[in-house]
Amino acid sequence: MLDKVIFYFFAAIAVSSAALMVTRRNAVHSAIFLITTLLATAGIFLQLRAEFIFIVQIILYVGGIMVLFIFVIMLVNLDVALHQIKFARQKWVALVVVLALAAQVGVMFWTTGEMPGQGFPVLAAAPANRLPAGNAEAVAKSLFGTYLLPFEIASVLLLVAMIGAVVMAKKRA
Amino acid sequence: MLPIGHYLFLSMALFILGVIGVITRRNVIVVLMSIELILNAVNINLVAFSRLYGDVAGQVFALFIIADAAAEAAVGLGIIIAFFRNRETVLADEMDLLKW
Amino acid sequence: MQAATQATIDFLKLYWAPLLCGVVIVAVLPLIAGYIVLVERKLMADMQARLGPMRVGPHGLLQPIADAVKLLIKEDIIPDDADKMVFWLAPVFSVGAALLAIGGLAFGPAFQIGVNLNIGILFVVGISALGIFGIVLGGWASNSHYSLMGALRSSAQLVSYETAGGMALVSGLLLAGTLNIKSIVEAQATQGVWFGFLAPVAFFTYLVASIAETNRAPFDLPEAESELVAGYMTEFSGFRWSLYFLAEYTNMIVVASVATTLFLGGWLRPFAGIRWLNFLDFVPPLLMIGIGCYCVLRMPRQPSRVQQIFMLAVAGLCFVAALVLAGPVLLPFVKPLMAARVKPFYAGIHGGFWFIFKVSAYLYFFMWLRFTIPRYRFDQLMRLGWHFLIPLSIINVLVVGLALIVGSYFNLQGWALLLATTPAAILALVAALVILSMEQKSQAREETSSVTDFYAG
Repeated sequence: MLDKVIFYFFAAIAVSSAALMVTRRNAVHSAIFLITTLLATAGIFLQLRAEFIFIVQIILYVGGIMVLFIFVIMLVNLDVALHQIKFARQKWVALVVVLALAAQVGVMFWTTGEMPGQGFPVLAAAPANRLPAGNAEAVAKSLFGTYLLPFEIASVLLLVAMIGAVVMAKKRA
Repeated sequence: MLPIGHYLFLSMALFILGVIGVITRRNVIVVLMSIELILNAVNINLVAFSRLYGDVAGQVFALFIIADAAAEAAVGLGIIIAFFRNRETVLADEMDLLKW
Repeated sequence: MQAATQATIDFLKLYWAPLLCGVVIVAVLPLIAGYIVLVERKLMADMQARLGPMRVGPHGLLQPIADAVKLLIKEDIIPDDADKMVFWLAPVFSVGAALLAIGGLAFGPAFQIGVNLNIGILFVVGISALGIFGIVLGGWASNSHYSLMGALRSSAQLVSYETAGGMALVSGLLLAGTLNIKSIVEAQATQGVWFGFLAPVAFFTYLVASIAETNRAPFDLPEAESELVAGYMTEFSGFRWSLYFLAEYTNMIVVASVATTLFLGGWLRPFAGIRWLNFLDFVPPLLMIGIGCYCVLRMPRQPSRVQQIFMLAVAGLCFVAALVLAGPVLLPFVKPLMAARVKPFYAGIHGGFWFIFKVSAYLYFFMWLRFTIPRYRFDQLMRLGWHFLIPLSIINVLVVGLALIVGSYFNLQGWALLLATTPAAILALVAALVILSMEQKSQAREETSSVTDFYAG
C-alpha cells in the first residue's frame, strides 16, 4: 500500500513536470521543471530499492548536469527568445508522428494482455529478502568485477568529453 | 514492487514527452533537456527490470547511461556556446548555414 | 476506505519516530541556528576585545529572538521585473536541501534522526549539493547584475570545492569500508583510532572544502558586504533572507557533522578502545561542574541583580547536566545490578555529548578563521581549488589505497596503520605541492611571454 502511494505520487510529479517542461516559453522555467522531473525519477529509483542509483541520480544529474544547463541558459541571454514563438513550424506533423509512436507502443501493450503488465510472462518480483544486503555493495561488486572494462572506458569517455568541452568553450585568443 | 506494467507505462509516458520536446521545440537548449528526459525514461525501465529479476546489472547499465548523459550534455552545451558566440542565436530555425 | 485508514495507521505505528524527529528539526533548527549566530557574534566580540550583544536579555541571550521577530515583520519587497515564481522558489530550494540533509545524520548510537540509510554519508553530501540551485536561481530571479554575478561566482566556487571535498571523503571512506553512518563510527571503534589521524591530508582537504562549500570566510567573496553587496542575497528581504541565512548555518552544522562522523570518531570518546583510559569517561560531568563553578565564581562581579540571578541559573543548569552525565558513569559503583540496564543510556547520553562537543569545536574553528584571515580574491579562490586541492585529493585517494594494501600485507591494525599512512600522506602533500609549483612556473612563463609580445607590438 505504501509502495503504491509512493509510486503514484512520484509518477504524477514526473509526468506533470515533464509535460510542463516541454511547453514552457522561458528556458529557466523549463530547467526548473526538468529538475523536479529528475527528482521524481530519483524517488522512483528509491521506491525500486535502488538506493545507489537514487543518490547518483541526485548528485550527478540534478547536482551536476542541471547546474551546467542553468549556467549555459544564463550565459546565453534569452530575452529575445521570450517574445517569439516557441514551437517550430513542423509542430503538427511532429504531433502526428508522436501519436503514431504512442499508438504503436499502446498496441504492443494491448496485444500482450488486457492491461499493461498482465500480458507479460508471470514473474514474481525478486522478493526483498533475495536482494543483496547492501545495494551499494552489490553495485560496486558488479561494477569493479564483471563490468570493469566498461567502467574504465566510461572514465576515458568522461575525460575526452571534459577536454572537448573546455576546448570548445574557450575563447579564441 | 508494483507490477512491471506500471513502470513501463511511466517510462513510455516520459519517453513520448521527451520525443515531443525534441521534435517540436525551437530552442536548442530545451531540445537538449528533452534528450535528457528520454535518457531518464530509459533509466527507469532498466532499473525496474533489474528489480524484477533481482539482477544488479540493470542498475550498472543505468549508471553508465547517467555518466554518458553527463558527457553528452557537456559537449552539447559547449557546441551551443561556441555557436552562440558566432551567430547570436539559439533557435533551431535560424541555424541554417548548411541549407542550400 | 477502510484499507486506506488501516494502512495509514500501520504506517504511523512503524514510522512515528522519524516523522517526529522531522517535525522537531523543522521547528527547533531555526532556533538553534539563531543561537549559533549569537555565539558567533559573542566570539567575534571576544576576539576583537569588546563585549558583543549585551542589551537584549541577560548577556544578550534574547538577541536571536529579537532578530527573528524583526525579520518576520519586515516588508517583503519583490523587485519589479523579477520572475515571481522563481523568486519564491529559490530560498525554498536552499532551505529544503539543508534541512533534508540533516535528516540523514546520526548523533549517537541510538540518536539517528531519520532512518539509518545504507548510503548515509553519500545521501547527506548529495542532498546538501542541491542547495546550489537556491543560490543560482535566487541570483537570476533578482533581475539585478550584482545578484547574478554573485550567484554565478558562488555556484562556481561551490561546484569546484564539492569535487575536492568529495574526493577527500572517498579517502576517508576507503578506511571505513562502508557508507553507513553507524558502521563508519563502529569501524573507528573497532580499529580504535579516529580516521582523522589515519588520513590527515583528507581531513585537511575536507576542512578547507567545507569552508568553501558553506560560503564562509575566507571564501565568502560572493556574499561579503563590502564586495558585491551580499551577492545573490541582495534583493531578498525579511523572511526570505532569513531562509537563506538558516540554510547557510544549517549547512555549517551538516558539514561539521559529516566531518565529525568520518574523521573525528563521531560519538566515541577519545581513545575509545583503550580500557585503562576509561577515566576519560568522567570528563563530561567534570567539564560541566567546572563551568558551573566558574559561573558561581563570576556571580558577585555582575553589574545588576538580574544578571546575578541569571548566572546562578546557568550554574544550576550546568550542575544538573553534570548529574545527568555522571549518573550512568557512577551507577556501576553504587548499584552494580542496575549497571547493565543503564549501559545503553550511558552510551547514548555520553555519545551525544561527545558528538556535540566535536561539532562545536569544528564550528569554533570556522568562526575563528572568519575573524582572523583576510578574504580570498575570486581567481585566487578558484586557483586554490582547481590547482591544489583537487590534485591533492585525487593523489590522496591513490596513496591511501596503497597504504591500505601495504597495511593489510603486513597485517597492521588500528594505530599501527599510522606507519603506512603517514608516509602516504607526506607523499601526497609533496606531489600536490610539486604540481602547484609546476603550474605557477608555467603561469609565470605565460605572463612574461605575453608582456614581451605586447612590447613587440
